Amino acid sequence: MSNTKEHKLAPNTWVDRYADYLYSYAIVRVNDSEVAKDLVQETFFAGFKSAKKFLGKSTEKTWLVSIFKRKVVDHYRKINSNKGKAEVRMNFYESGEHEGNWIEERAPQSWKNSSDSAIENEELKVQLEQCINSLPDKYAMVFRMKTIQEFETEEICKELQISTSNLWVMIHRARTQLRKCMEEHWFRV
Amino acid sequence: MKMKFKMTCDEASTVCDKSQYQEASFWERIKLTFHLLNCNLCTLYVDQNRKMTHLFKMKSSACKNENFCLTTKEKEVLHKMIQDQSDSIE
Repeated sequence: MSNTKEHKLAPNTWVDRYADYLYSYAIVRVNDSEVAKDLVQETFFAGFKSAKKFLGKSTEKTWLVSIFKRKVVDHYRKINSNKGKAEVRMNFYESGEHEGNWIEERAPQSWKNSSDSAIENEELKVQLEQCINSLPDKYAMVFRMKTIQEFETEEICKELQISTSNLWVMIHRARTQLRKCMEEHWFRV
Repeated sequence: MKMKFKMTCDEASTVCDKSQYQEASFWERIKLTFHLLNCNLCTLYVDQNRKMTHLFKMKSSACKNENFCLTTKEKEVLHKMIQDQSDSIE
C-alpha cells in the first residue's frame, strides 16, 4: 500500500480521520442515517480494494473523497431509476388545450395563518420535514442540496451529473408538491 | 424574429421558483410580470412561494448548524470492517 511518491495511504487511520466528514457530507444529501453509513462503508471498502492504484499525487483525503463522490452519484442513479415508486403528482396539464395550465385540484388556494410570525413555529417545521420526506427520494435529494444546503446549481449538476434543465424540473416539481402538501396539512387546516 | 412572450402557468411558476434563488433571467422575469397581470392563480402562487422560501431558509439555518457524527460504536464497527479486510489479504 505504500509507495515512493509524496502521499501515502494509512487505512488504519481512515475511520478516525475521515468517517465523520464523509458521514456528514452524505447525511445532508440523503437524509438517512443508514444510507449515509453505507456510503461511508462502501467508500472505505473501495479505497482498500484499490489502494495499490493510489499514485500519491493527491492527498489521501482528496482520493477518498473522490471515491466517495462516485458512490454518491451511484446512489443518485439508483434512486433515480427506482420504478414503481410514487412520482410527484402533476400540477399542470401536460397536453391538450389546457396544456401548461393549473389542474384545478392542485391550484393554489388562499391560506390562513401564513404571516411571518406564524411561520416561525416549531410544529410547522416538523410538518415541513414530513412533507419533504414524502417527496420521491431523487427530488428530496436535489431539493435538499439546492434549498436547504444552498449549494450552487453548477455544483449540484456536476456532482450528480445532471443538466441544469433537469435540476430545475426537479426543483419546480418538488416546490409545487411541497406547497400543496403544506397547504393541505397546515395552511388550510 | 418573433419572441415568445406568453407563458403558461407551468412556465410562470417555474420562473417564480428560479427567482426564489435569484436565478431567473431578466427576460424570464419580464414575461412573468406580464403573466401575473392576468393570472390570479399564479399571483397567489408567487405570494405563497415567497412564504415557502422564508420557511425553507429557516430550516436551512437550523440544518447548517447541525453537526453530524458517527457514534463511537459505529466507528468501531467500521474499524473492524477495515481490519477484517486487511487480515483477509495478509
